[in-house]
Amino acid sequence: MSGFVEPIVGRYVHVEIDGEINRIYFEENGTGIPLVCLHTAGSDARQWRHLLVDEEFTKRFRIIAFDMPWHGKSNPPDSQYGDEYRLTTATYTATIRAFCNALRLDRPVVMGCSIGGRIVLNLAISHASEFRALIGLEAADFQQPWYDTAWLNRPDVHGGELCAALVSGLISPNGPVVARDETLWGYKQGGPGIFKGDLYFYRVDGDLRGRVGQIDVRECPLYLLTGEYDFSCTPEDTLRTAASIPGAKATIMERLGHFPMSENPAQFRAYIAPVLQDIVSRQNT
Amino acid sequence: MNPDAASTDRPTVAFDNQLVDAFKTIPELLSRDEKLIGRGRLLDVECLLGPTVQPFHVTICGGRILDMTPAPVLMRSWRFAYRATPAAYRAYWQAVPTPGWHDLLALTKRGEATLEGDLHPFMSHLQYFKDLLALPRRSGLVSAP
Repeated sequence: MSGFVEPIVGRYVHVEIDGEINRIYFEENGTGIPLVCLHTAGSDARQWRHLLVDEEFTKRFRIIAFDMPWHGKSNPPDSQYGDEYRLTTATYTATIRAFCNALRLDRPVVMGCSIGGRIVLNLAISHASEFRALIGLEAADFQQPWYDTAWLNRPDVHGGELCAALVSGLISPNGPVVARDETLWGYKQGGPGIFKGDLYFYRVDGDLRGRVGQIDVRECPLYLLTGEYDFSCTPEDTLRTAASIPGAKATIMERLGHFPMSENPAQFRAYIAPVLQDIVSRQNT
Repeated sequence: MNPDAASTDRPTVAFDNQLVDAFKTIPELLSRDEKLIGRGRLLDVECLLGPTVQPFHVTICGGRILDMTPAPVLMRSWRFAYRATPAAYRAYWQAVPTPGWHDLLALTKRGEATLEGDLHPFMSHLQYFKDLLALPRRSGLVSAP
């Protein structure tokens, strides 16, 4: 309907990360338990727009999605223009914690997808007491590379087209066409070298093999959900990871791939609803 | 088609006629897809595509297939090759492929396909080649594996 205004509100918050103020763009809707959502590598927080307007979830949760520095409407830090962007485990962790502190969120739930799912595991290892629950979508301690990231940022190949074409295969083939197109559009809009820089964390710096066994879900519940069509972080990768974390809950989602929240929001809703209900129930007991 | 192709003394390899017939429909299916041709408008390349048991030399010019000849062809060069097992193509061409068999690079990751040569034309037109090689899905001619 023409004229309909969505209830999502977008604002900027100034966040000090690694000694420098970053102007971070975030969108939010709802009231209740803070739920911070992390986008995938090379994209931005628009991936969460369907969750942000869910009438049921926003009655219980203050859902917040932010663009990582260098992504979407969050610019690079002033001092780093011209530098090669490389996301590290330390900076990624610091960014999430600083963002939550800047908004004074009280033990938020953090839900991340892909690189966001990987960093959620690191939060569970190192900072579990700061969070109410952690949700990793398409998350594993490690996964096998399937292409050379050198292709992602070179002058003779269109980075946006290539990034989108690569990840197109990670989307379930039987989802809504418009949602697929919108998911890929986010990849076509990424800055030069940003997807590649995010994958430095994913492939090189953020290998958590041998460390996830330290996670204690009694301190902070951990939920892992992976789409059956994700051949990057495969269901086997997630199940292997979950098997080494006593008490972690793993679910394989049918008819979904690597971008569940944006590639097929209705199908994803069916899987995330019980997780969010479980978190609410724990809150009430 | 190149008549030399049939006259080689290449050892006989049992192959899947249904699959090869389906592959042969790609030029015709492409010619009816102006959007896909448009996405390949800057693409000129000689490549080797198809099932491992019967690949084809494919000449693409401006996104259109000008020639597709069964390999081998005496001393014919190609810039890159994407070859997949018959099982891989059969799975890839299902209307809704099963997980892990639904993407060209999923197939290379699982060892059911190989990508060789100078990959620049392939990588700079990745979505074009994914969609080109998926065209037989539309005809539904290939039965499930």
